[in-house]
Amino acid sequence: METFLQQLINGFSLGAIYALIALGYTMVYGVLRLINFAHGDVYMLGAFAGYFIANALELDANPSIFGTIVVTIGSMGICACIGVLIERFAYRPVRSHSRLTSLITAIGVSLLLEYGGQVVFGATPRFFPQMIRSRTYAFGGVQITNQSLLIIIVAVVVMFGLEFVVHRTKIGKAMRATSFNLSVAKLMGINTDFVIAFTFALGSALAAAGGVMVALAIPRIDPLMGLMTGLKAFVAAVLGGIGSIPGAMVGGVLIGLMETWLGATAYSTYRDAVAFSVLILILLFRPAGIMGTATTEKV
Amino acid sequence: MASGAHSGRYLQTRWTSQMRRMGPFVAGVVMLSLAGACERRQGAAADSGGEIVVGMYGSLTGDGASFGQSSKEGTELGVEEINTAGGLLGGRKFRLLIEDDQSKPEEASNAVTKLISQDKVVAVLGEVASRRSLAAAPIAQKFQIPMITPSSTNERVTEVGDYIFRVCFIDPFQGEVLAKFAFNDLKAKKVAILKDIQQDYSVGLTDSIASHFKALGGEVLDPVSYTSGDSDFKAILTQVRSQKPAAVFVTGYYPEAAIITRQARELGMTMPILGGDGWVGDALKNGREALNNTYISNHYSADNPDPLVQTFVKSYRARYNREPDAIAALAYDAVKVLADSMTRAGSTEGPKVRNALASADLPGVTGRLKMNEKRNVDKPAVIQQVTFVNGEVKFVYKATINPG
Repeated sequence: METFLQQLINGFSLGAIYALIALGYTMVYGVLRLINFAHGDVYMLGAFAGYFIANALELDANPSIFGTIVVTIGSMGICACIGVLIERFAYRPVRSHSRLTSLITAIGVSLLLEYGGQVVFGATPRFFPQMIRSRTYAFGGVQITNQSLLIIIVAVVVMFGLEFVVHRTKIGKAMRATSFNLSVAKLMGINTDFVIAFTFALGSALAAAGGVMVALAIPRIDPLMGLMTGLKAFVAAVLGGIGSIPGAMVGGVLIGLMETWLGATAYSTYRDAVAFSVLILILLFRPAGIMGTATTEKV
Repeated sequence: MASGAHSGRYLQTRWTSQMRRMGPFVAGVVMLSLAGACERRQGAAADSGGEIVVGMYGSLTGDGASFGQSSKEGTELGVEEINTAGGLLGGRKFRLLIEDDQSKPEEASNAVTKLISQDKVVAVLGEVASRRSLAAAPIAQKFQIPMITPSSTNERVTEVGDYIFRVCFIDPFQGEVLAKFAFNDLKAKKVAILKDIQQDYSVGLTDSIASHFKALGGEVLDPVSYTSGDSDFKAILTQVRSQKPAAVFVTGYYPEAAIITRQARELGMTMPILGGDGWVGDALKNGREALNNTYISNHYSADNPDPLVQTFVKSYRARYNREPDAIAALAYDAVKVLADSMTRAGSTEGPKVRNALASADLPGVTGRLKMNEKRNVDKPAVIQQVTFVNGEVKFVYKATINPG
């Protein structure tokens, strides 16, 4: 029982990481119908931005909550700019082309960031400074660290925050209008270029926050860290129903639980395979995902 | 879009017509420069009294960067000492060529192919990780170029062929040492093993620990697997925890060992954690306080009072401003073994050096380097306690265990 509860906590902690990244995937998809494969790599850039800011502030030697907030916000700002730049120079020029063009462009951007990252940062993994000292809380035999707790809380807050932004604010209304029909939204006087840039800025900032949070809990960062985590988050977004904000959360947690459950068996090294098998099964039997609604497309 | 396509095609036609005019000229230049390159290389390679070109390949970047860096420093120090002392074979000096394999096995074999076929090295030094040594060894064997791995402990590495040597102990012995220490000194009766199934080293060491621990009368839980690059080990650790082992072995390399140890402590697992020489790497320090109550088997201890060790430690510190780890010490010893064998062979030719290597017997920083018939050396191992004090990892000497 104790082990079961512990695995549940482990699964939630891992799932919250996927959920945090899946939220960004799903938001960009919701507005643009674009699967932004570079999202996982923006998450990596967020971790590296946090690494450099934290080292500049020498937070490893004197950890502080205030410092952590500064690092997180700084990293979010940097990545928001990077997100806008990616949109401006990679996606906007091909926006009017077929969706396949944008998809392939996204893969290109992803590879550029991964291997460009190896050139700039080097392939050697770096270790993220301990801005918050790790502390373990025990409830009976079940342990959770303050860092895992933080990730879960941040993921939930971000999910509700996004729901609020998309459904209760003016820019959210503009995002939904743009998503519904880009040209009509433009005719109605919505600055769609701005809306799309804003979506990318927001999504990238969330990825950066995710990068910093995860690097706190699992301190090893390298330029390829966004590859597998990004793909898993993508699976999570599809599983939950791509385009649906609560769906990303549900999908992330489910993938986390699934991997943890598998890790507890003798087949622990198959966990990547299982995540992608889930993707295939979902696409075969319920392409809209758990929380998504099936839409028929006009041809 | 339409105009873009046009301009593309326009450029293309211009480029083609230009190529047609310039083609023969360009081809001529390319051929000439290729011929020049070949000539230069042959000049350097001739075995007629010039420098002795020796190749080293290692993981200077990537996951195993700490291994590569230590190896490089140890090798360079050894080479410099030999050259300053006047070289060998009548004043010929070593010229060391270093190739980075980015911690990838396929790059390791590329690096060795390049060193042998292009740079015409007469001997190859490397690698640390057994998996990469195993990938590159068949190439050295094929070209009959002696290869000395300073620190690959997997048994199979020297079994590749009679041109492959090593200057460290092998995993069956390391496993025995660790099993004995856990059983006799830590009084553990039930142990768990975590292995990195992607690394030959880890798999071999796991088998060895398991069989020796069982032979001593202890109980070994089913080994749990992970792969290099994983970062979340809580699921497998929770499973291990539920079986209540008295000690845990982590047989992989330092990057994962640091994170596994941390996550184990976060799950409230306070038992001793043990590892092999693969734990020796700079990034181990990220295990922080979790590293307390962990032990490793190692090749040498920098606090050994032997004058040979102390001279080495002193000159290494003077050169690199840090304490030499076991990987650096072994790389240094490998250079000394190579120089000694070439001197005894009186030549740098592969087959002659090979024969001399097979009968090497000299004192080394990491113990006596006496080659046995399997091209391995029988050396003692030390057990060190790992501690984390003031932000630094310290390896504290606990015991020496002799083979046999």
